[in-house]
Amino acid sequence: MSESVDTQVAGNGFEPMIVAFFCNWCTYMAADLAGTSRMKYAPNVRVIRVMCSGRVDPQFVLDAMAQGADGVLLGGCHPGDCHYQEGNYKALRRYRLLKRLLTDLGIDEERIRLEWISAAEADRLRDVVNEMTEQIRSLGPANLQVPQEQFVKPVPISLEVSV
Amino acid sequence: MSDKPKVAFYWCASCGGCEEAIVDLAEQLLDVAAAVEIVFWPVAVDGKRSDIEAMEDGEILATFINGAIRTTEQEEMVHLLRQKSQVLLAFGSCAHLGGIPGLANQFDRETILETVFDSTPSTVNPEKVRPQLEFTENGHSVDLPGFYETVRTLDQVTEVDYIVPGCAPTPNIIGGAVGALLSGDDLPPAGTVLAPDTALCDECGRKETKPEVVAISEWKRPHEVLIDEDLCLLAQGLVCLGPATRAGCGSLCIGANMPCSGCFGPTSRVRDYGGKALGAIASLVDSDDEAEIDKILAGIPDPVGTFYRYSLPASRLRRAPMERPLEVAAPKGE
Ligand code: SF4
Ligand code: SF4
Ligand code: FES
Repeated sequence: MSESVDTQVAGNGFEPMIVAFFCNWCTYMAADLAGTSRMKYAPNVRVIRVMCSGRVDPQFVLDAMAQGADGVLLGGCHPGDCHYQEGNYKALRRYRLLKRLLTDLGIDEERIRLEWISAAEADRLRDVVNEMTEQIRSLGPANLQVPQEQFVKPVPISLEVSV
Repeated sequence: MSDKPKVAFYWCASCGGCEEAIVDLAEQLLDVAAAVEIVFWPVAVDGKRSDIEAMEDGEILATFINGAIRTTEQEEMVHLLRQKSQVLLAFGSCAHLGGIPGLANQFDRETILETVFDSTPSTVNPEKVRPQLEFTENGHSVDLPGFYETVRTLDQVTEVDYIVPGCAPTPNIIGGAVGALLSGDDLPPAGTVLAPDTALCDECGRKETKPEVVAISEWKRPHEVLIDEDLCLLAQGLVCLGPATRAGCGSLCIGANMPCSGCFGPTSRVRDYGGKALGAIASLVDSDDEAEIDKILAGIPDPVGTFYRYSLPASRLRRAPMERPLEVAAPKGE
């Protein structure tokens, strides 16, 4: 961690901030398993536990990005394994349309990602997080802040109109 | 000087439809005009900015502002009117949420100016003339307002007391707002949208025909199909935003056999109208297979224009990322 702080101070090492919404029954448990198995992976993900990937309202993703996330990762149960049957399919449908909305706005599509990761797949979780962190690192910051604008009146231009 | 309450109207980045909505009140307008003194209304009444500047603070009872905020002049006028008014109302979708002019937040100022003054096929501008902020000729100088990169809602610029929603607000909604103001009693808390806090489906005449589970295998656009006049439009595969939109308009569009496009904006519990509406519509797709889902969703060709038609500046992101980021400051209210 101290290494990343140092590079940030040096000004050239951008550290992506990724907000992750993980389903309580699968991906969140995979993250737990990765922790207890002392796996090492990129420390760039801030995990928020939800009861099902279907609970992730597109507003959550937009809110995370508006508050400075460079990427958003959604993790749910494999198809057929959702504890609420339809939740992960709903998540998939919303994700496919939300991704189009974001890319139409000019936001790189790699900044939002949905993965099915079961409770046993800690290594897959590690790989996905590492890969996404690297992708976003190479994309750079999302820069979604709205500029505070001020008008500096320029020196008036004078035009001699010949009659 | 009459001692009738003073009222003002002003327009910012708007189409004029909200002004039309006031005129459309017809006889009702005459009653209102008899009860108040209209001190400022550039569209209909002669008046100068200096008249407003000469007023005491709070001298105007209520000012209705329509239109989004795009230029420096609009911003200045809004601050001036705020200072002189006891109650400031955002009138219509543009002042409320950014409205149609807010869709320009998909682009930067330079892209917009380049399109308008250079690249459209009908433009002839070989000297590449662009509007200037100041221009001097023979020692006389004139100035033009500055054009901001980003369109803003009224409440992103100044404090707003009440919101009259709609594109344009409907006579019943305007009548209710004016009535509440003039009666003076039981005014709702500041910041209230003066329309019911329920979804449009609740007041829609087709509600009974809306199935419990709507499953869509093909989205249709209004010009592509013969629309049944009685059945729920969503159930017919049209993108009707009634489930995500605030009630109060009397389901006007549905009455004209057109799906709701969301002009009344969200209910109070929603933070991002487009996100909410997109979630509601996408969930109805009748497939669990990614490729098939994409194929069905291709029936919604413009997600930004569909779900943020009236509300891009009020969305959490507020605009598309800047192509050339300016110096940034934290967005208001974070
Ligand atoms: S979806 Fe549209 S047509 Fe159907 S009940 Fe709601 S508002 Fe009415
Ligand atoms: S039906 Fe929807 S778009 Fe039409 S007036 Fe009502 S809120 Fe606005
Ligand atoms: S319970 Fe895991 S995605 Fe629904």
